[in-house]
Parts: sequence; structure tokens; C-alpha cells
Amino acid sequence: MNHSTIEKNGSILLVLSLLVVTIGGIVEIAPLFYLENTIEKVKGMRPYSPLELMGQNIYKREGCALCHSQMIRPFKDEVERYGHYSLAAESMYDFPFLWGSKRTGPDLARVGGRYSDEWHREHLKAPRNLVPESVMPGYPFLMQPLKVHDIKAHLKANKFLGVPYTKEQIDNAAVDLVSQANPDSDGAEDVEARYPKAVVRDFDGKPETLTEMDALIAYLQVLGTLVDFSTYDAKANLR
Amino acid sequence: MTKRPIDEITGTETTGHEWDGIRELDTPMPRWWLITFYLTIAWSIVYCVLYPAIPLINTNTQGTLGYSSRGELTKSLEKAREAQTGLREKIKSSSLAAIIADPQLFSFAKAGGKAAFKVNCVQCHGSGAEGSVGNPNLNDDDWLWGGKLEDIHLTIKHGARYEQDDDTRLSDMPAFGKDELLDKTQIEQVADYVLSLSKGSADASSSGAKIFAEQCASCHGETGAGDRSVGAPALNDQIWLYGGDKKTVIESIHNSRKAVMPAWAHRLDVETIKQLAIYVHSLGGGEK
Repeated sequence: MNHSTIEKNGSILLVLSLLVVTIGGIVEIAPLFYLENTIEKVKGMRPYSPLELMGQNIYKREGCALCHSQMIRPFKDEVERYGHYSLAAESMYDFPFLWGSKRTGPDLARVGGRYSDEWHREHLKAPRNLVPESVMPGYPFLMQPLKVHDIKAHLKANKFLGVPYTKEQIDNAAVDLVSQANPDSDGAEDVEARYPKAVVRDFDGKPETLTEMDALIAYLQVLGTLVDFSTYDAKANLR
Repeated sequence: MTKRPIDEITGTETTGHEWDGIRELDTPMPRWWLITFYLTIAWSIVYCVLYPAIPLINTNTQGTLGYSSRGELTKSLEKAREAQTGLREKIKSSSLAAIIADPQLFSFAKAGGKAAFKVNCVQCHGSGAEGSVGNPNLNDDDWLWGGKLEDIHLTIKHGARYEQDDDTRLSDMPAFGKDELLDKTQIEQVADYVLSLSKGSADASSSGAKIFAEQCASCHGETGAGDRSVGAPALNDQIWLYGGDKKTVIESIHNSRKAVMPAWAHRLDVETIKQLAIYVHSLGGGEK
């Protein structure tokens, strides 16, 4: 087939150009799925608990990712301020990932455990009460009850996307959702058993109601705390 | 390749395509452009040799320079540490009092503490350590748990009401209203008395005074001077952590306050915590 034949037949040109672009795409993307050194071996990552998952939904809904990144880059100044650089594995259960690309506020990839629940509560309601120079808007309405239509469906949808929720986790989602914000409940221990390192607390200071604040703070408190860095081999994961 | 016709006027080759006697020129690329183009191709080969580049079966080529961005980070962190060697070790091994006594160590500790404060503490205590509602001001001499170097050091290390730390500072004021230890009128009376204490016009014969003596004095002291060993704030001054109006005081008595400070021993190294203690102590309220 010579040059002029291709140039004079639009359909052939289209098919062949698509082929060329596909080869380029495959060469660039496919290795990332099978190369051993692009897949980090870390211990501790687990799917989000139902309450954390709902918190992440609120995080997405309120557009937190527009001003807060969740990506600590491997630079000295970032590591000194925010902690260990983010690993790819740490966002493997995020759909979509919330790395963000703009930091009007600080990075939140390792905010978990850094502040008390009360701090988060007050700060989310009225940021300038705690940080006078902050430009973050207040979210006092988060104290409204958490509306969840069907938490099982949320977990199932995530499972469909590749999050390894077990049948047990999906079946107990509704109980776990409520129990995590109520340490005195019967299901509190089950949440800890099903979701290791899960923080079981009354996050919003209102034990009687499950609010959006509960969910969001539960999510913030788990960010960056899951990977067990005592078993993480940094030298084996240089890249 | 067949010889292509030359355009007479420009002297360059034409493509041989002709429409109505007009022929298409095939002007060659400028030489500088071509040279740059070939140079970039040459550089891409050099780059593939030097840096990680080509995906193979199990891994990719690593490049002869051994570069990785995470490796670079380790190097820059090590370099920064190296610049501080000696000083950091000395801070680690010296007692707080010894650090303060040595001018060089003292200024190093203060500078390091200031940097660490900006990263870890300002979110609650404010960028000028001025505090905010529920978060103590660190510039003044009103301390909940003591203003001596050792006291501050211990508070930073173990935090306050931080459940995950067994040695955390623990003060547990009852929620007098919520737990029905006092009724509504009693809380109002004792709130009035607490406010009068702060104004210096306390009436010892009032019913609030009686409740205070029974319920509050064991921690806050008979005169309301507070007790640092249990983290009970002084009530006979004008400094309020949550606000000094009657409504806020009633709320404090009704629900109690359970502010949490994290234990930093789990997050920061020994030297940084010492530096922080020295920095906070130097802010103005530090006690000998």
C-alpha cells in the first residue's frame, strides 16, 4: 500500500492512525500494570469503613480536594512539613483518587491523628476561630444528620470497582456505619475487627445522632494512618 | 529516486505536483532546525542510558546514574541532617537546663523549636502562640499544667487527655449538669460565684460559695487559685480559656470541657520535642 493510497482514502487513514496511536498508548500504559517495581508492597491498607466512606463522599461533595491536596511529594520541605511522602498504595481504594493539584490549604494526606476531633469540629464550623488568618469557608451545616440511602449499595459499587470488600463487610455495613461513631454500642468491637486501625469514637460531640460531621471527621482521622511504615522497605521502593 | 525538477526562480526542488502550471515548492527545513532535531534524538538515546527509561519484562532499565526521585529526597534529608550533626546529638543527650545554659545550643534549640512550632502547633495555638477559644495562649504566665521547662516538656511529650498515651495529662472535671450532680439553679449560683471570684468581689456567704467549697474547691482551690498538678485552671484571674461571660461559664460547668492535646512523642523525635519545649518556654511565660 503506498502513500498516495492511504492519503486518498479517508477510512483507511483513520483506521491506520488509530492503530499507530494505540501502539503508543499501549507502550506507555501497559507496563505500569505488570512491572513489579511500579507496584508497592505495603502492609496495612484496607478498604474504608462505611462511615469513612461516607465521610469521603462528603469530602468530595464539598469540594475539599479543590483546595487541599492529598499527595505529599518526595521533597525535603514537604516531607518535613507533612510527613512521609505519599505512596501510590495509599490511594488505591480511592475512586476517584483525591490527590488534588492545588494547595490553598495544607496537604491532608497525613492529617489523621494530627488533631483532636474537637479541633476538627470547631475548625470545620468556623475555621477563623482557630486559625485567624485562614480563608477556608465554614461548614456549620455538617452538624445535620447523615443521610444514607443504602450504604450496602455504596460498598457494592466500590467492590465492583475493585475494592476488596468481603461479604461480611457488605452485609454488616449498615450496623458498622452507626457503630463506629458510638463506642458504647454492641457493634463497636466488630468495626475494629472488620476494619483494623479504625477509630471508633463519637466524633461530633453529639452521641445521640449520626451527623455528617461524624463521617467527615472519621474519614479525616484515618487519612495517612493505615500503612505500617515499620515494615515498609523504602530502599526496595526507590523510584 | 528520480531526479526532481528544480524551480528556476528560487532554485529549490519542487514536489513534482502540478496544478494548472503551478508547481509546489519543496523548500528544505532550515539547517539550524534540522540540527536541533537530530540533537534531541541523540539526547533521547543518552537520556535512556543515564536515567530509568525503557520497560522490560519484570522491571524497567534503571539507568547508569542510579537516579530515583525518592533517592534524591533521602540524599537531601541526609545533607540537612549532616549540617546539624553535633548540635542535634548534643540536644538529645543534654538535659533541658544544660541546653539553656549553653548559648549556642540554646539559640539552635529555639530556632528549631520555632520551625517545629510552625509545622505542628500553630493550628491550635495560633501562629503567634496567642491561642484561641479552648486552646491556651502560650505567651502569658497562666499555665494549666505548669510553666517550668520540665512541665512544658512533659505536656508536649504526652499531650493532654490523649487516650493513646498512658502518661498523658489527665484532668477530668465532672459534667455537673449533664451528669445531674447539680441542678440548674445551683449551677447558676456557682457560675455567679466563679465570676465574682474573677472580679475579686467574692461573697463567701453566698449559696454559690457553699457549692463551690463542696464541689469545686478540691481541684480549683478554696480561693479559686487552681491546681496545676491536676490541670485545674485558676478561676481568680481574668484569663478565660472558653470565655468569661455567664453563659459560657454555665456551659463549662454543665458539660465540662474536654479539650485534647496530642502526645507528640509518637510523632516527633526526642530532639524536636526538647526544642519545642525550650521555644515555648522562651515565649514569655516560662517559669524558672
